[in-house]
Amino acid sequence: MIEFHLDSSSGVAAYMQIVHQVKRAMRLGLLRKDDQLPTVREVVAQLAINPNTVLKAYRHLEMEGLVAGRQGQGTFVLQTLAGPELAGHAELRTELLAWLDRATALGLDDEDIAALVASTLDERFRALQQEEDGAA
Amino acid sequence: MTDALATYELGKRYGKQWALSDCSVAIPAGSISAVIGPNGAGKSTLLNAVVGLFPPTTGRIELFGGDPYADPSMVSRVGFVSQDRPLYRDFTVSEMLRFGASTNPRWDQPAAEARIASLGIPLGRKIKSLSGGQQAQVSLVLAIAKRAELIVLDEPVAALDPLARREFMQTLMDDVVENGQTVVFSSHLVGELERVCDHLVLLNQGRVQYCGALESFSQGHRLLVGPRVDTAEITALHHVIRASHTERQSTVLIRANGKAIDPRWDVRDPGFEEVVLAYLGQRASDLESSR
Repeated sequence: MIEFHLDSSSGVAAYMQIVHQVKRAMRLGLLRKDDQLPTVREVVAQLAINPNTVLKAYRHLEMEGLVAGRQGQGTFVLQTLAGPELAGHAELRTELLAWLDRATALGLDDEDIAALVASTLDERFRALQQEEDGAA
Repeated sequence: MTDALATYELGKRYGKQWALSDCSVAIPAGSISAVIGPNGAGKSTLLNAVVGLFPPTTGRIELFGGDPYADPSMVSRVGFVSQDRPLYRDFTVSEMLRFGASTNPRWDQPAAEARIASLGIPLGRKIKSLSGGQQAQVSLVLAIAKRAELIVLDEPVAALDPLARREFMQTLMDDVVENGQTVVFSSHLVGELERVCDHLVLLNQGRVQYCGALESFSQGHRLLVGPRVDTAEITALHHVIRASHTERQSTVLIRANGKAIDPRWDVRDPGFEEVVLAYLGQRASDLESSR
């Protein structure tokens, strides 16, 4: 079982934060196939948030095919994400370390690097969204 | 979704002063709505009118599709917690519950006792010896145990410390999970609304500035930062909520309307709180021009 936490200053919608945290837990192997997500009531009791927010997050995860509700029991994880991806992690990590060394050699410190990564991810997200909007 | 509560061009006048005018809101059943606005915006007036405490001067109110002033049975379907908590200070908690039981036809005594027990409040204690947070919780339990379909709370947590506020909201939300009531509450703690509400009513100077889903409100605005421009230039293209200028830079908050935005602007997503404050900061003259 995992616990959610919300950052109200992040600007990310609360339900999205829950979606991200479930996906992250799945990727890290904290949630595997047939594991149960916290019930709506448990999340509400813990975070004092709107139950509709939790329902919306779980519906979103259901639509992505990651979890499924079982009548009267709760919401369960449908697949294990961690396995094959963890294998790829090692290779990516090696490449990333080489890239980080280059960045450091160019005079970037950790904060510069973090800012560069964040802004690039952000730009990429926007570009992908625009593509989607264009397609739709 | 049907509306649990709707007002149509509601107006309320005190003497010569209009506390509310032309106020139309719709609160979908099952939503959790916040009514926000600066002091004197008409929040309490609106909430008092919708729970039937006084008839409006103009316009009308619909509760569950009916007229609350024509149908007295409506009273039992609405739970109201007013700003000055409706508790008798010399009563014990259990006397307060007995009072609730005798005045409400659908009273749920086991639920009331279970709530009080889970909050760790002794039934034999007098109301006046409880902390502010506990008093707020007791008045909430009274509204909950009434088994109302709509719970209306006027500034329920304004006087509470952050921990007591969190506990209060936990009690409220936990009951909503179980019973699915519609909740409307007023607040000026803007920063804490986003995690609780899915619906928003923005009041300013007795008028409705926004009524709708919180998500479309948060995502429906853009903050533009760029080289200095005339406000007129930008109002010609966009609906401007707030604009500020320095010698070289302009910062403009607009309502997103799907129109393309000039690429010289750096476009950002303003946070929920920033958009709310921009609306609340609008002056009377701005309000007129935006209507």
